Amino acid sequence: MNEHGNPLLKRDGVRTVLASLISIVIGLAVGSVLVVVVGLFSPNLGLSSAWEGIRLIFLGLFSTGRNSGGSLTWGFNPQSVGNMLFRATPLILTGLSVSVAFKTGLFNIGAPGQYLMGTMATLAIALGIPCSALPSPLIWLLAFLGGMLAGALWGCIPGIVKAFLNINEVLACIMTNWIAANLVTWFFDATKVFQNTVENTKSGYIYKTAYGRTLVDGVWTYVDGNGVQTAKLGLDKLFPGSQVNGGILIAILIAVGVYILMTKTTLGYQLKACGSNRHAARYAGVNDKRNIVLSMAIAGALSGAGAALYCLAGNTEFFWSTYQALPATGFNGIPVALLAANHPVGVIFTGCFMSMLNIVGLQLTNLTAYNEYITDVIISVIVYLSAFSLVIKMLLDARRKGKKEIQPVPERLQENQAEAEAPTEKGGEQA
Amino acid sequence: MTFLIQQTLLYAVPLLLVALAGVFAERSGIINLALEGIMIFGAFVGVLFVRLMQGIPFFQNAAASKNWLALQGMELLAMLAAAALGAVFSLLLSFASVNLKADQTIGGTALNLMAPALVLFLIRVIANQNTLGMERGDASSWFMIKKSTFGVERGTDWGFFGETFANQVYLATYVCILLFVVLSILLYKTKFGLRLRSCGENPQAADSLGINVYKMRYAGTTISGALAGMGGFVYALTTANCAATGDVAGFGFLALAVMIFGNWKPLNIAGAALLFGLFKCIAAAYASIDINGDGVCMLATAPISAHFYRMMPYIITLVVLAFTSKKSRAPKAEGIPYDKGQR
Repeated sequence: MNEHGNPLLKRDGVRTVLASLISIVIGLAVGSVLVVVVGLFSPNLGLSSAWEGIRLIFLGLFSTGRNSGGSLTWGFNPQSVGNMLFRATPLILTGLSVSVAFKTGLFNIGAPGQYLMGTMATLAIALGIPCSALPSPLIWLLAFLGGMLAGALWGCIPGIVKAFLNINEVLACIMTNWIAANLVTWFFDATKVFQNTVENTKSGYIYKTAYGRTLVDGVWTYVDGNGVQTAKLGLDKLFPGSQVNGGILIAILIAVGVYILMTKTTLGYQLKACGSNRHAARYAGVNDKRNIVLSMAIAGALSGAGAALYCLAGNTEFFWSTYQALPATGFNGIPVALLAANHPVGVIFTGCFMSMLNIVGLQLTNLTAYNEYITDVIISVIVYLSAFSLVIKMLLDARRKGKKEIQPVPERLQENQAEAEAPTEKGGEQA
Repeated sequence: MTFLIQQTLLYAVPLLLVALAGVFAERSGIINLALEGIMIFGAFVGVLFVRLMQGIPFFQNAAASKNWLALQGMELLAMLAAAALGAVFSLLLSFASVNLKADQTIGGTALNLMAPALVLFLIRVIANQNTLGMERGDASSWFMIKKSTFGVERGTDWGFFGETFANQVYLATYVCILLFVVLSILLYKTKFGLRLRSCGENPQAADSLGINVYKMRYAGTTISGALAGMGGFVYALTTANCAATGDVAGFGFLALAVMIFGNWKPLNIAGAALLFGLFKCIAAAYASIDINGDGVCMLATAPISAHFYRMMPYIITLVVLAFTSKKSRAPKAEGIPYDKGQR
């Protein structure tokens, strides 16, 4: 398709964006339908609460709670927007992780495991180094790099077994996920020092990184406000009351960096070559095995970076007994990447969209009788639709062509025709 | 030893059934990554069905008067309900991958994300908590087959086989084993089975002989969905006291590993499922396993962390896959959307 030059490429981009937007709208619509159905059949919910639920699903970011009369109020909510940016930070990075692997033809469903290993390394470094030994920015940097390294090493495992033993990377990733969950639990169980004993309501949690390891009267203790945390860079002034910090800017920088890596460097070209056709790439002299491992390592490092930025915010806590549950942030990297059609810059926006859904879920739980899992349903519908986003793109394509070529046919009829033809047309292109 | 065998069977049987579910889908040419999601959904449907049935006075009387026939019938009906809705749920996958020729891996992942989200959403609406249990009583008092079921005193000794295979067991376990045998025969010894398998190996050739590849792939995935849904409910019934939590702890993926390890063949899968069931059982109950019957729980007293036992099934899976992947022979056309125009 690319040989036709730039104008078509641009249109292709437009179609991709359109396909994603359609997926989003259908996803939100399915969520709304679910809300209505549940509202109708549940005795303690009614149509009016269903209507509130629908409005929150679409506009939850701009909800400012309820007024004294009990009806929903709307407006710019700096806390929600700030928290959206804060939650988008790890999502952008896990999204990048999935998309880099996708470009190499690998499905990185192992982001949760890599994320957990990144969390472990980051917390261990940030809380392990006494804050008298090194200046806190340096500890921050070490913890960040440590998180990335741990993620990269963990990502290597499925990469290696895929490249050298030809084990399906999806299965290998799932297994490494659960191994990571157990490993992290084991680590924090064995090293009791990191477990929060200062705040007695926080049993089962690890210290925030804002707590620093300090020598008080000859005993190592953790003191609040003494440790490392990401600089706010004035963003907390912009969005008062929210958790936002400079991490979002770092995530955006990394996304741009990945874009440059994938489009402007030899390594990126080789990775993509392996993704399009592994055997052809090898024939052309590209070391496909090395590239598969490398791609998974980069993917792992990105997930690890996401975990590091989340932990190092200084105000987040980690529940260490995690062996029964994998972090949703890792899995949500998949819809983030798919929705952005694996474009690194697009990931920034889809990451923000996903975290917006997250905020919507919170608003639903707080303000109505519905709960936050409705947003997970919406996300899964979007993933389902992006599985055949190519078909949606074809649909758009067929519609455009149809309009140009067959003028006299009424538009409504054409649409139906295009819908009916779309699947076969896609098949034709693949042949 | 009795305890060990019973526990292993509890874990191995859902694995067995769900791995066979994977075989049906993959033999017809569709990669069913959604096994985990369908299991979660099936578990929810089955538990919900049991809850609804418990609201009916007939079954309440049956439980009070220990009318075992009615209770076992209810268990079978719940299994059927889980299977039916599991099959319906899997239609989402077959529609995407057969009609729309979508990426099967992503479609399966979408279902895996959808099932827990949908189930947790509904559970929260229904029960206002994160677990959906039985309305009244528990799984062992309603469904478990015990000595009292046969009207025998608790103290009587039935010998090793009786104690292991007839006391404190679930009918579901044996139904699953029976289904496994019957369906394996269906897949390997009947015309339908041959046609289904041909669609996973060379759909073009199958089509040229007049087999409707789309229909066969729908059949394979639907059977797969039904089995996975049933497996999910059996898992919830026998190991989680008939409760749905929107989670089956990676069991669907373990079943996929069992399927690959078993080389897509029923007998090998049975062996693999037993092996994995054993490790899963050790992970869950290492503290109370008494191997030689001297009252000492060897695994608990050994200087090995509990975390290690929990990690074992997953590590073993990776290692086993590493050793068998070179020899494994997947259906040739799996994962490739069938297109009539292609040569």
